[in-house]
Amino acid sequence: MLNFHKEHKNLVLTAGGVFIALSILIAIMPAIQMQETQPIPDEQPLTAHQREGLNVYVAENCMACHTQQVRNIEMDNVWGDRPSIPSDYFYSKKRMDFWRQSPSTLGSERTGPDLTNIGKRQPSEDWHLLHLYNPRAVVPESVMPSYPWLFKEVDSAYMPKDAKVVAVPKAYFNKPGKKIIASYDALRLVDYLKYLKQTDMPSGDIDDFIPALKKIQAERTEGGQQSLDGAKLYSQVCAACHQETGQGIVGAFPSLVGSDIVNDKNTETLIKVVIQGYNARTDYGVMPPFGDQLTDAEIAAILTHERSSWGNDSEVVTEEDVAKVRQYIDMELNQ
Amino acid sequence: MRNFKIGILFILMAIPNLLSAQEKITTDNWLSSPGIIGTFILIAIVMIVAIIILFVKLNGYIDTMKRRQLDKNRMAFDDELVAMEGSDIDAILEKRKAALSYKLKGNELSGDNRAIDDKGLIQRVEKDPNNAFFDEKKKTSLSLETPQELKKIVIYYIGAAALWLVLGTLIGQYLGMKFLWPEMDHQAWLSFGRLRPVHTNMVFWGWSSLAMIGLGYFVIARTSNNKIYNYNWAWYAWGLINATVFIGSLCLMAGINNGGGEYREYIWPVMLMFAIGLILTFYNFYKTVATRKISEIYISNWFILASLIWTIVLAIIGYLPFYQDGLGETVIQGYYMHQGVGMWFMTFTLGLVYYYLPSALNKPIYSYSLGVLAFWTQMLFYTMIGTHHFVFSPLPWWLQTIAIVFSAGMVIPVVAGTTNFLMTMKGSWSHISKSYVLPFFLVGTIFYFVGSMQGSVQAFRFTNFVWHFTDFNVAHSHMTMYGIIAFFLWASIYAILPKLTGREPAQVFVGAHFWLAFIGLFAYMMSLMAGGTYKGLSWIDGDPFIESVILMKPYWVWRAVGGSLMFVSHLVFAYNFYYMVKGYTKKPSATQKVEEITV
Repeated sequence: MLNFHKEHKNLVLTAGGVFIALSILIAIMPAIQMQETQPIPDEQPLTAHQREGLNVYVAENCMACHTQQVRNIEMDNVWGDRPSIPSDYFYSKKRMDFWRQSPSTLGSERTGPDLTNIGKRQPSEDWHLLHLYNPRAVVPESVMPSYPWLFKEVDSAYMPKDAKVVAVPKAYFNKPGKKIIASYDALRLVDYLKYLKQTDMPSGDIDDFIPALKKIQAERTEGGQQSLDGAKLYSQVCAACHQETGQGIVGAFPSLVGSDIVNDKNTETLIKVVIQGYNARTDYGVMPPFGDQLTDAEIAAILTHERSSWGNDSEVVTEEDVAKVRQYIDMELNQ
Repeated sequence: MRNFKIGILFILMAIPNLLSAQEKITTDNWLSSPGIIGTFILIAIVMIVAIIILFVKLNGYIDTMKRRQLDKNRMAFDDELVAMEGSDIDAILEKRKAALSYKLKGNELSGDNRAIDDKGLIQRVEKDPNNAFFDEKKKTSLSLETPQELKKIVIYYIGAAALWLVLGTLIGQYLGMKFLWPEMDHQAWLSFGRLRPVHTNMVFWGWSSLAMIGLGYFVIARTSNNKIYNYNWAWYAWGLINATVFIGSLCLMAGINNGGGEYREYIWPVMLMFAIGLILTFYNFYKTVATRKISEIYISNWFILASLIWTIVLAIIGYLPFYQDGLGETVIQGYYMHQGVGMWFMTFTLGLVYYYLPSALNKPIYSYSLGVLAFWTQMLFYTMIGTHHFVFSPLPWWLQTIAIVFSAGMVIPVVAGTTNFLMTMKGSWSHISKSYVLPFFLVGTIFYFVGSMQGSVQAFRFTNFVWHFTDFNVAHSHMTMYGIIAFFLWASIYAILPKLTGREPAQVFVGAHFWLAFIGLFAYMMSLMAGGTYKGLSWIDGDPFIESVILMKPYWVWRAVGGSLMFVSHLVFAYNFYYMVKGYTKKPSATQKVEEITV
């Protein structure tokens, strides 16, 4: 009937027609269906600044190495509290302009960490700027490129007003009388990175992760403080700034080794710093608050690790200690 | 044949069971669970069984035929003996006796004359045939009569492709080194993020696409026994595609990126030039086929015409904005990047192989109908599997499942194609010792099977669990785009260019190209596969992320080593190309041609 072997018109029309039909079925229809997605009630739209940051993110093609999707499998739990859902992308994935389409932020390679929740995991602007200027200043093993073209070298004497100075350690920048300041683009990019936080679900019920390992599951059901690994939590949450060695980075993030606050017998200040953040020292970057991100037990585990490592030798911090301070802070705020 | 089809049916039936078994993701010893091991073993078993059945059956059939013939001969011989006279038998026995005691005198061939090659039958005298490193192989003296315009088009397309290949892989090699020395430069234009899509797009649209189309022009004209419909359009398309790659690369390096979706990084005005180039090419091919001088449309032209029309549709769907907000973009991205590979590169290149492989071996393709089966299943299965790049993502679960199921269905076109190519080669294995064309085809075919099957297996949820987001993906894409596409393209180029220009490169250099590319790819692939697996396992164990970066370092070193070998092989290829086309227009007569090749 169709005689494809001899009728070129039938052959081309059939191959083209079936392909178009299948494409509509498998690509266009589902894509159109996804257009009905609504945002989560609490989800924040991007501000103009954050959107400019997203443009820098796309121009530098950060998605070549960074994903933005928390998959519904156990190992992705470190990148977010819940698996990503279509609504999470409501504001960020819009057509950028006449020339450029909706950014492919989900990514396909995880050469660097997932950034879905980076704004919550790493809220410090100082850290981000130093990290962008030279990633190895804060993470020695990192293979991320430096972005020096997002920064400017200026003479300390002719510092522009409102310039954001980046505290670069001497090993990475050492020219007397010169300072590194962040460019407009760098600040916008950091605005965008700080915007990247998972929105809480209104009802609180979320899809579970598909578990991967018996070990992790067992830990979870057993619960309790013993199973929390302070060293691991420290390296996930704190080591980005204070480093694995606890020695911090001179000029940017203070050392915890032999620190008075860390080793104080009275742990109240220490716990307060972690929960509320710290901005009392002008010679160092600002420490962001971690109260929302970490549970009492986790804070206790981290602090115990800090107080018993790198030559520090102080008593254990218990979950109750942290709970007490947290209660105290809440009371103070409510007054 | 029937057994083979039954085998395929069996595979199809086994697949849904296999997949539903994977739905329950159990947690203990998952590495040794049905998902990973079962998949491998089942597929291996089913395929081995199907192949064994096929061979046993074929063998049995051939044996009975032989036996029947033997019986017939024996009976005829008996009759002959019985009918013979006694004196005849004596005469025969005397003759035999003399034959048994015969000794050579040493001058049987030449008599007492000196050996002179009056007719120029001996083309080359090799005094030192044993090259220690590369097998020195025979040269072809066959040349095809081809219109000068067509020759020029084929040569210029391949020439531009070779240029993009060298440049694109130089960039790739530079990127690979950045994993080891991230501070190699501080130029915005050369930073990893901006340069990575420059590499991928350049080797896709620059190298592979141009080489494919150039080789395609010859196939279309030859198999339609016709002149190309319009030579000028070929040149317009050539200009447009080259301009796309050139301008697109500059845009990307300047930070003008469409949105970071892989292979969609060129902004639409740039990609529009490519699309117009494709439309021109399609129309040109279509018109040539439509006015062909023979009634049948050869199977190559099915693949080539379809791949062009599919890719045009694909580019349009990929760039239209109406359904691309939110995750709509992600659905399209999966569809686009997979079909870009499957409907464009794979389909077109298969079309080329269906012509160049049999023509290089000077015999017909093993099975025409198997080619037709591969064609329709390629369209049906490949189209559906884009979302397997987003398994476990927030895309709808049903879409992911369809993609996984159809990924498994890819067994059919792949096995059909592989069987066809291998069976065509069967009986011509001696060609391996005669030239490097068949080794290139053979490696391409093996990678076609291994790479495609590995991709199908990787789509399963379990394997995705370990391998997704890791460097394993990079290994897979090089195994396919390089192991399959590039090797097939080189095979075709070495098969046809010497016949067009009358100049064949030294086999030492073709051999150097082959072995450097092959060993380089192997090192590249194995290191990233091993490293990628360890990386995935490290994530599953919940180790801090930076551990997975540290553990990759030795594998990245080996990747860079493999990449360097591959790059060097491309330099050799570029030289070979130059040698083949140097002064090709200055060949007035056929007799001179032969002389030039032989010297």
